[in-house]
Amino acid sequence: MAVKTQKKATSIDMTAMCDVAFLLLTFFILTATAKVPEALPVDMPASTVQSKLPENNLATLTIGKGKVFFDLKGREVRVKALEMMAQKYGVEFTEDDKKEFSIMEGFGVPIGNLKQIIEMKSAERSKAGQTGVPKDSLDNQLAEWIQFARRANIDINDKELEIAIKGDAKEEYPSIKKVMDILQDQGINSFSLVTGLRGKNF
Amino acid sequence: MAELNTGDGGGGKDKKVRSKKQNSKVDLTAMVDLAFLLITFFMLTTTLSKPKAMELGLPDKEDPKQKNVDIKVDENRTMTILLGKDNKLVRYVGLLATPVAGGAPKEFAYGKEGIRKELLSRKASVLAYSTAKGKPKNGMIVIIKPSKKSNYRNLVDILDEMGIVEVPTYAIVNEFTPEETKLLEGK
Repeated sequence: MAVKTQKKATSIDMTAMCDVAFLLLTFFILTATAKVPEALPVDMPASTVQSKLPENNLATLTIGKGKVFFDLKGREVRVKALEMMAQKYGVEFTEDDKKEFSIMEGFGVPIGNLKQIIEMKSAERSKAGQTGVPKDSLDNQLAEWIQFARRANIDINDKELEIAIKGDAKEEYPSIKKVMDILQDQGINSFSLVTGLRGKNF
Repeated sequence: MAELNTGDGGGGKDKKVRSKKQNSKVDLTAMVDLAFLLITFFMLTTTLSKPKAMELGLPDKEDPKQKNVDIKVDENRTMTILLGKDNKLVRYVGLLATPVAGGAPKEFAYGKEGIRKELLSRKASVLAYSTAKGKPKNGMIVIIKPSKKSNYRNLVDILDEMGIVEVPTYAIVNEFTPEETKLLEGK
C-alpha cells in the first residue's frame, strides 16, 4: 500500500492575527503619552534606581546651565498656583492665559514676563531664551512658586506636593545645593532626584 | 509595413469576454509583520522611557541660634568621600590626621572597579569590628562631601553607590576643612 502524504495548505489565514495585531497597535498608540517638549532640555545622569517618578502631585525643578525651570503637574493646581502668584506680585492674567498656562510645559521666567511666554506658540517658547525663575535671596520667586504650588495642591488634591529635582549631569554642585537649600528652608527635607536608568555593571 | 497588434484586432469576435478570476485572498504576512514590529516599538518605548526617581532625604536644617551638640561617632566606622572636579574622588577612613590602618587618603575611580570595591570591603571590615565589640548593628557611616567644583553626575553616582552597596548610614556634608580642600587640589 502506498502511503500518501497529505497535502498541506501552504498559506495560513492571517486575518484574525492581523486583526489582533492592529487592535493592540491601536491600544498602545493611544495609551502612549506624547512627549511634552521640554522648555529646558537636560541630560539626566543615570542611576540604578528602579522606582518611578509619580505621575501627579509633582513639581519638577529643572536645573541646567545655572537656570532653574519650574513645572507642575495637574491643570487645576497650575491655575490655582498662578492665581496666587498673580495676586502676590500684582500681575493680571486673563482667563485665556490661565487656560493656556494650565496645559503648557515648564517655564523659566520671572513672573513679570510670564504673560509674554504664555502668549507665544509652543515652538517659540523654547527659542525665547528664558532666563530661569529668579532664585536670589532678594527676589526669590522660585521659593514663592514652590510655596504656592504646595498650597494649591493641598487645596485641590488634599495631598502634600512632591518635589523632584531634574538636574543636568554637568551642572556644578553649588547650583544644585542652592535649590536644595530653598527647599530645606521650607521644611522640605525629602525629595526625589530624577535620573535615567542603567545597569549595575557600569 | 509593420502592423501594430492591438488586442481586439482580427478574429477576436467570437471569443467570449471572460472576467479575470481574481484571487480573493490577500497575503497578510507582510502586514502582520509590520503591525507586530510597531507593537513592539510602542510597548518598549512607553515603559522604558519613564524617568526614575531617586529618593533623597536630608536632615533638618540646623537653627543657627541653637548651638548644635556634637555627637561622638566612632572614627573606625566612618569613611569620608570627597568629590572634586573632573570626576576626582578621594576617600579616607577615620580622621584625616590619624586615619585608620589602610585608610589613608587615596584616589578612587567611580563605578564597579573603583569605589564600590572599596566600599564593600570596608563595609565588611566595619561589620567585623562592630561585631567584635558586641554591637553588630553599628554599620558603616559614609560622609559625602561634594566640593564646589564637583558636578551633579558625581553626586548622583555616589548616592547610587550607597544604594548598591547598601550603606546603612550616609550623609551629605558641605563643610570643607582647609586640609580637605588641599587634598582635593593637590597632586
